Amino acid sequence: MTGTTDRAGAADTAGRAGTANRRTGLMVLAWAWVGVPFAYGVYELFLKLTQLFSG
Amino acid sequence: MPPAALSVHLAIGQAYAWSVFKPPLESSLGLSGTQSALPFQLGIVMLGLSAAFGGTLVERNGPRWAMFVSMACFSSGFLLSALGVATGQYWLVVLGYGFVGGIGLGIGYISPVSTLIKWFPDRPGMATGIAIMGFGGGALIASPWSAQMLDSFGTGTGGIATTFVVHGVVYAAFMSMGVLLVRVPADGWAPKGWRPREAATRRLVTTADVSARNAVRTPQFYLLWLVLCLNVTAGIGILEKAAPMIVDFFSGTSTPVAAGAAAGFVALLSLANMAGRFGWSSTSDLIGRKNMYRVYLGVGALLYLAIALAGDTSKPLFIICALGILSFYGGGFATVPAYLKDLFGTYQVGAIHGRLLTAWSTAGVLGPLIINAIADGQEAAGRSGPALYTTSLYIMIGLLVVGFVANELIRPVHERYHERPRQEQVTGKGQAV
Repeated sequence: MTGTTDRAGAADTAGRAGTANRRTGLMVLAWAWVGVPFAYGVYELFLKLTQLFSG
Repeated sequence: MPPAALSVHLAIGQAYAWSVFKPPLESSLGLSGTQSALPFQLGIVMLGLSAAFGGTLVERNGPRWAMFVSMACFSSGFLLSALGVATGQYWLVVLGYGFVGGIGLGIGYISPVSTLIKWFPDRPGMATGIAIMGFGGGALIASPWSAQMLDSFGTGTGGIATTFVVHGVVYAAFMSMGVLLVRVPADGWAPKGWRPREAATRRLVTTADVSARNAVRTPQFYLLWLVLCLNVTAGIGILEKAAPMIVDFFSGTSTPVAAGAAAGFVALLSLANMAGRFGWSSTSDLIGRKNMYRVYLGVGALLYLAIALAGDTSKPLFIICALGILSFYGGGFATVPAYLKDLFGTYQVGAIHGRLLTAWSTAGVLGPLIINAIADGQEAAGRSGPALYTTSLYIMIGLLVVGFVANELIRPVHERYHERPRQEQVTGKGQAV
């Protein structure tokens, strides 16, 4: 009985860890989805900015 | 939730990069400058109208519905425009990008606002600041991206049409992430350890709710409308004429500003506009919304005064003051949803925000009109240099002072406009029966 409870507890912990990992993965993907194009825009902006100080 | 909101705002922020399409449209379809600006102008008008009239629908159907409608309208606007350019029917471009796409702009702009405030009731300024910063950032992405695509596909009708099709498809895919990810918090959700009644210690912050219908009956709504309109008018005044303004200002000095440097100045202003949206809006969570607008309007007026008094004596001073003004312009946009939440509660804050955005449409006409009309008049009178803009600068100071007074007049909303708590409504109904 104790063995069954332990196995159920371990499965529950593993399930929660799996959900947490999926959530973290989704968060990283979601931020990268918007972050990469935004970083491209900021990079292009800095290229233009240099003209202010060199022009 | 913030990436979901950003995926919509970064996409619809493309509207500010419309100018990239103007020269190729003019040369390939034989249009005048006024005609090629029509799709953008109609788009901004539709943004205001759809936000004002669609706000209640957004509150009723939720952010996922709103983001989907925004995605569908914004993307199909591009596809319709592509068809218009390919067939030489310019009215289809105006209808597609301006009318249909403009509805996407308005619904998309307000779609994440109330949901963000519900997720972050402890930091509403920061939450809406992130999303609205995205709207400023949208043009930063679209401007070089669209230009590179026109370089690749060509600036003839075929090239422009292909560019529009790619925009429609890519923006649909990009915005669909927001549609899929957006979630509304459960009723009564609050961050750990945060209690609304304890948080509502500032005088203007309410824990009550006011419906959109009641909000537009309060003086607070119109005072805030005036505050937003005047703050935006003052910012747009500089934003719209930034490049020619810095060139004209220092044309008579030993170090005139070249066209390339003026483009860099415009880029720096975009950065200040974007940073202000996040930075100042987050600061408003700490010092309060009313104090934040005192800074936008009061310090903004002083910065305009410094530009007017210094004239062409100091380039660094001119640049620093312009950056401050543009950061306050962006901050004003981003802080207003949190100000509305403080005054009217979270109940229909998205719909109230939508109605308030008509102030933006008004300012979009007012700001450029003042600066351009006066600059043209001064030029016709034979003036040059800072004298072209001095009168406009003093008018902007006057507008900001009026806005400052309007902000001072904002008081907590009277209880008679508050929604009754649900339990009380049920009891009240029972007694009436």
